[in-house]
Amino acid sequence: MATQTIIQSVNQTLRDEMRRNGNMVILGEDVGRDGGVFRATEGLLDEFGGERVVDTPLSEDAIVGMAIGMALYGLQPVVEIQFMDFIYPAFNEIVSELAKLRYRSGGQYQPRVVIRTPYGGGVKGGHYHSQSTEAYFIHTPGLVVLAPSTPYDTKGLLISAMRSPDPVIFLEPKRIYRTVKEEVPPEEYTIPIGKAKVVQEGNDVTLVSWGAMVHTCREAVALAAKENLSVELVDLRSLLPFDIETVIRSVTKTGRLVIAHEATKIAGFGAEIAAQVSERAIDTLKAPIFRVAGYDTPFPYALENVYLASPERILRAVKKALSY
Amino acid sequence: MEMLQILRADGEYNSKLEPNLRVEDLRRMYRQMLTVRRFNERMLLLQRQGRIGFFIESNGQEACQIGSAMPLTQADWVYGGYRDPGISLMRGVPLKLLVDQLMGNSDDPNKGRQMGVHWGYKDWNIVSLSSPVACRLSQAVGTAYAAKIKKDNMVCLTSFGDGATSQGEFHSAMNFAGVFKVPVIFFCENNQYAISLPMRRQTASENIAVKADAYGFEGVLVDGNDVLAVYMATKAAVDKARSGGGATLIEAVTYRIGGHSSSDDPTKYRNSEELELWKSRDPIKRFRVYLMKKGLLTSQEDRKVQDEVDSELVATIKASEKVPHPTLLSMFTDVYAEMPWHIKEEADELMQEGR
Repeated sequence: MATQTIIQSVNQTLRDEMRRNGNMVILGEDVGRDGGVFRATEGLLDEFGGERVVDTPLSEDAIVGMAIGMALYGLQPVVEIQFMDFIYPAFNEIVSELAKLRYRSGGQYQPRVVIRTPYGGGVKGGHYHSQSTEAYFIHTPGLVVLAPSTPYDTKGLLISAMRSPDPVIFLEPKRIYRTVKEEVPPEEYTIPIGKAKVVQEGNDVTLVSWGAMVHTCREAVALAAKENLSVELVDLRSLLPFDIETVIRSVTKTGRLVIAHEATKIAGFGAEIAAQVSERAIDTLKAPIFRVAGYDTPFPYALENVYLASPERILRAVKKALSY
Repeated sequence: MEMLQILRADGEYNSKLEPNLRVEDLRRMYRQMLTVRRFNERMLLLQRQGRIGFFIESNGQEACQIGSAMPLTQADWVYGGYRDPGISLMRGVPLKLLVDQLMGNSDDPNKGRQMGVHWGYKDWNIVSLSSPVACRLSQAVGTAYAAKIKKDNMVCLTSFGDGATSQGEFHSAMNFAGVFKVPVIFFCENNQYAISLPMRRQTASENIAVKADAYGFEGVLVDGNDVLAVYMATKAAVDKARSGGGATLIEAVTYRIGGHSSSDDPTKYRNSEELELWKSRDPIKRFRVYLMKKGLLTSQEDRKVQDEVDSELVATIKASEKVPHPTLLSMFTDVYAEMPWHIKEEADELMQEGR
């Protein structure tokens, strides 16, 4: 079995699915000859040709609009938006068109489009190359939002995304594109949409996270273990729909919940998880629910390592939950 | 840039440019233009009576709708606008489905999910339309691209107003269409107003058609109140697209006789002289004179057609009003292919507890 990084996993998974499915096309900026600025589509132009691996003019709105039109005619486009911070020119196409077309047409039209986009901080990118704005899309009925944190999950979830009848926003944690490596089986497998993964079992506090922040949480869990604190780490993987059962099961066991994400705190997705847990399991809670999030400022450049939660900051929240 | 005109406002015509249309097609076009006119009048009345919530009329733009739809085949696709009920009718959508959509009843294929005039009829390749005015242009380019690489012999027509040309997406879609050389027709119904703003507040360009130059394909200016000229211009664009020649931008110069919508009062921003001038250029009147001159329509036949159209409308409204509302549960379906747990919980709660 081969060891792969997340970016290699994306590339191989796209290639495999393009081979299996003649209706699949890839479009975006620099996805052809250049193979994408992160090389996610490297080599695909040579194998599949320019009709199926489409270098587009530089316009996110038309890229997504074009993908919708392609999908309605039976193609299955996978769009690359170069950075999540550049997705906003396409916001109307995503939230009012792609997400709602099935609903507003009474089910007559069902555009199957996957939008892959690298997101998150830690790459010295300033605010135009670092944000985690998943909440905008989770707030949009009709979209599926996925955020894998490992090469193995990337493959399984990307295949599920490409076979989903629903439009999918596929968030790739660019900070760990090349740093997280693991064995990825060459054969086809899928990870079901809507299922979280318990990364590490524990008894004292439940820690919920997704994307690159999962790896920061792992460090926090290890730090906690040194102090004999047992933390259960849940990687949501699917943000919409999300696996409330797994979260509730864990919280019922531990009685404490900390949510860690890169995005700003106010109306971030952590708030929704906290509300859902409060509505369903408040009687099992022994402490308030705490969120460790990006500060409610624009994403900074020089101080990004302060802005993004450190393992120590997460550990402090864990201890705070345990202080009740 | 010269404007293509075959029928003058007084019904005189240029016999050198006359299209070679069959008599039954000419009669069908006339009947559909009348249907659109009467449909507009009736539906506005229903809105005033509170029997439908909202309406957008297209009086004065009948030639644009009928002339542009005429050269299309059933396999072609349309991303039309809210002022285009005539395109749906020309493609064979039953009048009742248009009225069902306005009523948002359970016979509406869109399941009553959109406000009135947001048509969408998959069986006739009419993609459900959007309120933001230029977002569908790039979608039309995508559909045309898909057909091109699948080697299907289809074209895609997208219609929009002069206001839409101010949107960034007008630029990006036109740009993509030029770069990918796809079989798409951009059909701009320049009705002189985007709600209250006149054309001169949308662009300082001499006209809209000329903008195609910047994208590397042809722009055509046509009298939008002349159904034969609109047909000819669209036919040429369709033929070119079908034979691999790429996109065309057609600007059909017309006028919005009514308000923007049932909520608008156009007397606030335009004068009656202008309105009267354009009423004298009426597209139906001049086509009627043409047909009579050609001996294809008598006054008696004309009266008969008008009566038939009126009766059909009355019967259709009656039938649509009998159709029940969509079910409560239908609010929750089609968000996703399968209902996820969080929507199911909400649906269950509504079903158990009521509103």
